[in-house]
Parts: sequence; structure tokens; C-alpha cells
Amino acid sequence: MTKQAHTGHAGNLRSVDARAEWEALIKEARLRPANFTSISGAPLKLLYGPEDAEIDADEDLGIPGAYPFTRGVHPTMYRGRLWTMRQFAGFGSAEQTNERFKFLLELGQTGLSTAFDFPTLMGYDADHPYSEGEVGQVGVSVSSLEDMQTMMAGIPMSEVSTSMTINGPAPILLAFYIACGERQGVDPKLLRGTIQNDILKEYQAQHAWLVPPEPALRMITDVMGHCAKHVPQWNTISISGYHIREAGSTAGQELAFTLANGMEYVRRGIAAGLAVDDFAPRLSFFFDSHIDFFEEIAKFRAARRIWARKMRHEFGATDPRSWMVRFHTQTAGVTLTAQQPENNIVRTAFEALAAVLGGTQSLHTNSMDETFSLPTEKAVRIALRTQQIIAEETEVAHVIDPLAGSYFVEAQTHRLEQEAEAYFAEIERRGGVVACVEAGWIQKEIHRSALTYQRAIERKTKKIVGINCYEEDESRNTPIELHRIDKSVELAQRERLISLRARRDKARVEKELALVRGACRTRENLLERFISAAHADCTLGEIADVLRQEFGMYKEPKIL
Amino acid sequence: MSPAKEDATAKPPVTGRRIRILIGKPGLDGHDRGAKIVASALRDSGMEVVYTGLHQTPEMIAEVAVQEDVDVVGLSILSGAHMSLFPRVRSELVRRNMEHVVLTGGGIIPAEDVAALEQGGFAKLFGPGTRTEDIATWIQTEMTKRWSAEGTTR
Repeated sequence: MTKQAHTGHAGNLRSVDARAEWEALIKEARLRPANFTSISGAPLKLLYGPEDAEIDADEDLGIPGAYPFTRGVHPTMYRGRLWTMRQFAGFGSAEQTNERFKFLLELGQTGLSTAFDFPTLMGYDADHPYSEGEVGQVGVSVSSLEDMQTMMAGIPMSEVSTSMTINGPAPILLAFYIACGERQGVDPKLLRGTIQNDILKEYQAQHAWLVPPEPALRMITDVMGHCAKHVPQWNTISISGYHIREAGSTAGQELAFTLANGMEYVRRGIAAGLAVDDFAPRLSFFFDSHIDFFEEIAKFRAARRIWARKMRHEFGATDPRSWMVRFHTQTAGVTLTAQQPENNIVRTAFEALAAVLGGTQSLHTNSMDETFSLPTEKAVRIALRTQQIIAEETEVAHVIDPLAGSYFVEAQTHRLEQEAEAYFAEIERRGGVVACVEAGWIQKEIHRSALTYQRAIERKTKKIVGINCYEEDESRNTPIELHRIDKSVELAQRERLISLRARRDKARVEKELALVRGACRTRENLLERFISAAHADCTLGEIADVLRQEFGMYKEPKIL
Repeated sequence: MSPAKEDATAKPPVTGRRIRILIGKPGLDGHDRGAKIVASALRDSGMEVVYTGLHQTPEMIAEVAVQEDVDVVGLSILSGAHMSLFPRVRSELVRRNMEHVVLTGGGIIPAEDVAALEQGGFAKLFGPGTRTEDIATWIQTEMTKRWSAEGTTR
């Protein structure tokens, strides 16, 4: 450090001199041969100063718990309540998942988060031919109300909040959950939780859909309408950037496409005759926390500010809760490496810290072994303990939005907001989100970024330890224990379904399915029909088949 | 970006004959980032690439392989269903007299499963972190070997 920098009373003249001196110095300096950009490719300056972050403290930052919520959605943030530590879990049979849920609750986890298998995500029963080999593999298999009851057995549904990651068939699974609560004697008004129910990002990135966009969006407004009246504590959509990012987008694209999808849901709700303040407070968000620490923190802050501005000024929401981005975060699965897998613990810790400094409401930390299989209990425990260490040991949770006012973080927040605005304008020019999805444009944008990133890795302009630098002979790695799903799970699940089909009142099943079919052809609320069908033991696949017959199947546009 | 343009500027394959490859996504798995990146990279390396799109049954993949008369089939799966779906793709290919096709693939596949599949008709499986260049090189080497053994350039 130079002598001038120590002189606290240096006037403007001297600091200008010092700046010029420093600029001259760095012109001559030799820099490492590295690519000095964010992971999303945004060029980064060597130093940020006040000229990079011209913020209006009231307009751009405000105070925590107040518009525009840049500094956080709660006035007390983590001093009032820590974020919810919510590990995504679910595999095998409903019994196995029920056991894992109880294990996580015993470890001190505060909310449940359900992963379903692909047949469930796509609306097929466990005994459908398409389900062969997939039952219980990446999540739990739930084909009926009975399976849902097994999964929630012994868990007080009025006390826990449950998040369910499901989209195409989300309204049907929510119907199972509501019906399951009713069987436990729990009033739907007391149920707390979230269904992902974000179909737009399915077409864009995650690709588990049931029917084409228009009928899918109608079911979503049916859910918003029903829940506003009858399940008021339920988050009806978790508008998700996670999958967009994992599919390869940049931070700016994740932010832009997620919020554009969110605005589309708001437009649809209003068009369906709902008052914006009746449903918007129950919209929540879900973001990725990638490895670029400051860019991610800026992204979370930008998300809050953009949404608040849009909801207040474009959609005329007057309830401050409608302006808030309450969000869940998951650390980035794509940053995990199969090489030297223990290093993933460190990556996940940095990503989790960014989420906390960005003001997340709940957090999932990935386990180190997820590039091999589902996580083992040991790996899940370390992942959860990572959050607990951040919460209890690092002291970072005491101060709200601690990076506000950082020239760099404020500049990145502003930059990401502008990137998102440019995308909103482009999406509008192209006829809106649904038109962009049908044309494959958003999918192409994401693919383009994924390719750019892959090339950067292969050219080593971006580095990943163990992949393109500091590689080791893989045979030196400690073998990782695997968590496998036994084939018997699939067989048992099929047998349970066969037995259910034999036991239930067939005439009642037929009647309920006919009522679902009728509702597809009118404006009747489909969620209400699904709840009634759930109580009659209609299966997921049977209800979804009616929807596929009535609304048709979705066919993805070719982008490659 | 236009795939046709990439084809035109790609360097010719070492064999002098263009390798035709089908990239397939069997099952209900929706993760296609890897499949699309590999498809694009192989196209850049000069191969003719057909991508099936998502949610294909083993029968559908084998049928496209026949119609497109491909030399190589590469499967991508991250859903854990590989031990069921991969062998089924293989038997559907065999049923259609396509056993000469080089079968490869990748995804989230534990090492012991890789070994079992490589015993069962898969020439090679690639794991997370693989460079696309390495995949292209492996395919080119494999096809050069096979074609020179056949002594043909049909």
C-alpha cells in the first residue's frame, strides 16, 4: 500500500493523483493469463468505484421488508428467523421416502421437499409401459392418494411445510396432498407448502410436461383460483430459474426468463378474472446458486428489485406481499464434479454462502456424491451440516444484506437488471413467452450459452479443478459409496397399484373420470375435480390420460 | 446459429467418409443439456448428427437408427434407468439387424454399471466431465478401425 492511501485526510486532488498513478501502474503491470469475466461471460473491471454504482438509496435499495425489497423481504431477515433448511429428498417407494423425511426432520431440518420419479413427473402410473426401469429412480413414485398417505404417514401435515417438485401433473399431486390432509383430519386452510407448478420453464429447460402450453396454463390459473379461497397458505407456483440455469443459461438469462415466466402467470391470472393481490402473494421463486459468488448475490438482489417494480407499476398490485420475491435456492448441481468428488463439499459451501448473503428464504445444499447416484445419508448429512455451519458459526446471518453499497455488487446488480430488461423487450417483440417457447427461441438461447461455457472449459479459459486443472489419476480417488434403488421397488409398486385397482369402487372411479373430462370441456375448476377424483382412488395416470386425450400431447420444437 | 453452416465449415473427418451418428434420449428423462452439447460438438467435428429429441422408447430409437442408416448410436441418460433402457435399445437394434452399429453413451452412470454395460454390447460409456473433443476423437478412431477392418468405403 502506498503512503498516500494511508493519509486519511487526503483531499480530492491527492486521490485523483493517486488514481492516475494507479491507472498508469496497471497499464504497465503484467497480469495472469486468465479470462477476467464472470462465469456468465460478463467482462469485469479490475476495480469498481463510486462511478460504477450510482445508486439512489431510496429508489434502488430502500430498507429491508419494504419496496423495492433489494435488501431483503423481511424487516429483520435472519435475526428474526433463519432460512428454512430444506433438503430435496425422495426415492424409491413412498415408505422409503417417508423414512428419509423422518430422518431429515430428526436431523433438525425444518421443511420437507419432495422429489418424484420420472413416471410421476410425466403423469404415468408405475405400471405403465413407459415407466419400466424408471420407478423410484430419481424420486419417489406416487401414483395415487394411497401412495401419498404412505409418504406422509406419521408426519403432522398441519405442522410441516412440504414442497413438491412437480409441474405438468402438479394440480393432480396437489389434489392428492389436499385429500391426504383431509384424511388426516387437517383443514386445507392449514396446509403449508409449495408445488413447483411452473410449466413454462418445463418447455424451456426441464422437459417434464403433460399437455401443451395453453391448457397447462389454464390448469395453473385453476390452482391459483382454488387455493386463493381454500388453501390460502399454499404457494401455488414456484417460478423456477434453477432448471434454466442448470440447462446452461447465464445468470442474466436465468433471471430474465424466470421473471418473464412469472409475469406471464400474472397476466394469465388477471385474464382469468382473478384480482392480482388475491394470488400474487402466493407466488414464490426458486433460483440456482452457481459458483460465481458475487454474480449470484447480485442476481438475487436484482430479482427482488425487478419483480417489485413490475408488480407495482406494470400490474398495479397494491399489496406489498405481491411485490416480494420470496425464494428457495439450490446450489448448482452442474458445478459438481465426478472427479475428486469431496471437493464438491467446498463448492457447495461457497454457493450456499452466496444464497444466504443474497437473502434466500430456504436452501437446499447438494451432496458431494450426486454425480454418481442419489445421495447417501452420510453425504446428505454433510450437506445439511454445511448450512448449519453457515448459520451457527460464520456469524454472517446477523447483518442484513451485508454487501449492499459494495461498488462491485451494486454494479453487478444493476448490470443484471439491465440484461433482464433487454430480454423482456426481446420476448415481447417475439410475441410473448409462449410464442418464444413454441418457436424454440428460449431453448436455443439456453443451448447457445451452454455451448459457449462448454467451449470455455475445453479451451481452459474457464477452469474447473479436477476437470481441466489439478487433475489426478482417478484410480487414486477413494471409492464413493452408492445409493441404489433396488429393482424390487418397481415390482412392489406395481403390485400395490394392481391391488388398489382391484379394491376400489370402479363405478365411482368411472364417474369421477367422466367429471374430469367434462370439466376439461368447460370452465369448471379442474383442481376441484382432481380432489374429488383423488378421494375415489383414481390414479395419477388415469387422470392424466383424460387430460392427454382432451388437451393433446406436447411436442417439443426441434432446435438441433 | 445454423447447423448447416457449421457443417460446411467443419473439418473433414479423418476417414474421408462422414460418420453418421444418432444421439438418443431414451426414457422419460428430461436432462438434455449434455446430449445437445455432444450433438453440436460432433457436428462441428464433421460428423452427420441426428438428434432424436426427448422421451424416446428403445423401439423409437432403433427405428430412427435404421431409417437414418447410422454408424454410431450414442445414448444419454441421467435418470438412473440406464440398466433397463440401454440393454433394451441394444436388443431393439439387434432385432433390426443393426448389431454392427457402434453403441456408446453417457450420463450419470456408476462405474460398476459402466463395466456391466461395456460387457453387454456397449463399446464405451463416457462420464461427467468428459471433453467433447475426446468423444469425437474416440468415435473417429473407432470408426477408422472398423472401416479399415471391413476394407470398405461404401
